[in-house]
Amino acid sequence: MPYERYSIQTAHWWIARALKASLDSAGLRPGDLDGFSVASFTLFPDTAVGLTQHLGLCPRWLDHIPMGGASGVVALRRAARAVQAGDADIVACVSGDTNHIDSFRRMLSSFSRFAMDASYPYGYGGPNANFALLTDRYMQDYGATREDFGRICVAQRANALKNPGAVMKKPLTLEQYLAARPIADPIALFDCVMPCAGSEAFLVMTVDEAERRGLPYATIAGAIERHNAHAEDPIQLRGGWTVDIDDLYAQAGCAPGDIDLLQTYDDYPVISMMQIEDLGFCPKGEAAQFVRDHDLTVDGDFPHNTSGGQLSAGQAGAAGGFIGLVEAIRQVTGQAGPTQVKGAKTAMVSGFGMINYDRGVCSGAAILKGAAS
Amino acid sequence: MTTPLAPPPKKNPQKRTVSPTSPPEMRSRASLGLSAAAAEGRFMLQVCGDCRTVQYPPRDACCNCLSVDLPWRDVAPDGELLAETTVRTSTNLYFRERAPWRTGSVRLDAGPTIICHVHGDVAPRSRVVLTNRLDRSGQGVLLALPETRTPNMEDDPQLRAMTSDPKFRRVLITDARNPNAPALALALAEAGASMIFVGLSETWRPDPNIAALEAVPGVEILPLDVTDTASVNELAGEIGGKTDILINNARFIRPGGVLERGDTGFARDEIEVNYLGLMRLAQAFGPGMCSRTADGVNAAVAWVNILSAHALMNSVDYGCFNASNAAALSLSQALRAEFRASGLRLMNVFVGPTEDDWHQPLPPPKVLPDAIARDVVKGLRDGLEDVYCGDVAKDLIERFRAGPKILEREMTGGGA
Repeated sequence: MPYERYSIQTAHWWIARALKASLDSAGLRPGDLDGFSVASFTLFPDTAVGLTQHLGLCPRWLDHIPMGGASGVVALRRAARAVQAGDADIVACVSGDTNHIDSFRRMLSSFSRFAMDASYPYGYGGPNANFALLTDRYMQDYGATREDFGRICVAQRANALKNPGAVMKKPLTLEQYLAARPIADPIALFDCVMPCAGSEAFLVMTVDEAERRGLPYATIAGAIERHNAHAEDPIQLRGGWTVDIDDLYAQAGCAPGDIDLLQTYDDYPVISMMQIEDLGFCPKGEAAQFVRDHDLTVDGDFPHNTSGGQLSAGQAGAAGGFIGLVEAIRQVTGQAGPTQVKGAKTAMVSGFGMINYDRGVCSGAAILKGAAS
Repeated sequence: MTTPLAPPPKKNPQKRTVSPTSPPEMRSRASLGLSAAAAEGRFMLQVCGDCRTVQYPPRDACCNCLSVDLPWRDVAPDGELLAETTVRTSTNLYFRERAPWRTGSVRLDAGPTIICHVHGDVAPRSRVVLTNRLDRSGQGVLLALPETRTPNMEDDPQLRAMTSDPKFRRVLITDARNPNAPALALALAEAGASMIFVGLSETWRPDPNIAALEAVPGVEILPLDVTDTASVNELAGEIGGKTDILINNARFIRPGGVLERGDTGFARDEIEVNYLGLMRLAQAFGPGMCSRTADGVNAAVAWVNILSAHALMNSVDYGCFNASNAAALSLSQALRAEFRASGLRLMNVFVGPTEDDWHQPLPPPKVLPDAIARDVVKGLRDGLEDVYCGDVAKDLIERFRAGPKILEREMTGGGA
């Protein structure tokens, strides 16, 4: 579903579009759904409840996930448990947001109480300023440079050029990245995601159900979630993944070397580096060296954010928490088309969300496996 | 070192005056404690009454033990700058117009991490002292300053945006005959005020203050009678467009409570000067000042009322006079609310009994003109809303906060 920079449509419209496309491709009708999970920032005054009536759905299991960048992994975990427990047979997980002119500014102003009280009055840089602080500290402590962050952005742009739905259509060189307009030092233009309108959706059902319907599917090898971890750290240089990562690999029965591709939550490149470390691909503080040593493109030795991620495909509000997950499902089911990683069987997806005050509070990750593996 | 502020160029009347804009104003109720502390220049945070954990951002329950007993307490303001950024673009007009804007993350020795404004003279990753200041929306914000003073540090654009510093500003003092007028004019001149207009009623009547005022550089004495609407409007027509700070020190005072006086004659005069005088001045000067709060180096910045501390709680020996000051205090709260959108700050200076003829029968301590002048200038430099000047005023506000009803009884000698 191609994203749009600005849209005159509503979140309801975008969510309906993704839901319909998802159902159509699976050969399902809305009445076949008995579970529905929604993530969105711009539905106000509606919630998932209002959407059931608006879209004519009659689910026996309903969820609304206000976790931004972590909403995809969290939606997946909850929906899978509901299906496992028999509370629902087929759950549609949808996220979507619109982006009107000025809606980003208005969304910022009502994001969280701590942000309203203790972050926005200080320069009103929004997330750019928050992540600039983390990036500043990360660079000082671990010796990462702007070039290192640039490598992530440039690789993702190369991936996005293969994705017809991406917002960013022009190639990006490291020189252009380094010469970009400063936004909130040390963050410059290409470190920032582009707010846009868009939506993402996936379906959760049992393997039996998928096979009965002849649908391509991925299985959940493991999934973790953690909130407000390491509250004692004065500044965020690690996320909640560090608490649960061993558990995740144990659930999946695999190791970092078995992961064919990684989808990190990339609102800023420093956060992708943090995830590469915290998810076990390299020790703490060494992600800069890691990205120097690896090719992060679709054809590279460490395929990362293969659809272009939010940095190049665009951040469609809460759909930013779904983009990596949906791309990972496409990859391990061999449906990624032009961004397909050859032989992708096992993917890791990571989510990170909600700068409530000075750091991202929610984190989650999942390992998905293709049906054949 | 901060680049010293340059005197503003003469205003080009053909250019549009910059419209006032505000930094974000919305706060949770808990967060207003920070603004209340900033109004008197205190660095306070919530400290858990049960486990003593220092909290930030302001909350409704302790992040360590879930206690809901979170009183605001003075906290050591020292910390370390962990990280910083310079915001170069913002969706908020106020910051967009003032970019680049330096902010940072400070780990307070007392515990929490605080996102704050950062003074230009703070070195990266250095020790800092946090101050709590009112920003132009009238909300408390935290600003990291260097541990030791640096040259011209008050001229830092981010700091100056939060203060009412008289440097290069034009001030109107409303009453030349008040015994505090020469001291006020001198202190403002020493603080760098570029022009000091002083209003004089009944210009034909001599006053020893006049010679003292004329000796102060930058002083210009102009006719002003705050009991005469035409006189106030005339002066506003003349200098209203270049009044950056207005200090209302006009006062009519006579001793006596209600029964002691026996008539309403003096009370009428007290209301005319102390209450209606403030209203006339506000109606004549307020709109013009509000429109000029973003007008560069010498933008309009503050309105100062010099009130009796007994505006807070009456004392019967000057009972009727105190009532007129309580009326002025109440009016000033309305006025402050009306100024809010423009960012024009209203500062009330609560003064204990002053050393002058009308307080002659009262025992010490009494407030000298120099002390008033010093506190006015300090209050302007710190961007305060409430200043308690002299020992009596400080004592009174402390007792008032402990219990207004108890204080009322104490005022009539019921407390041993």
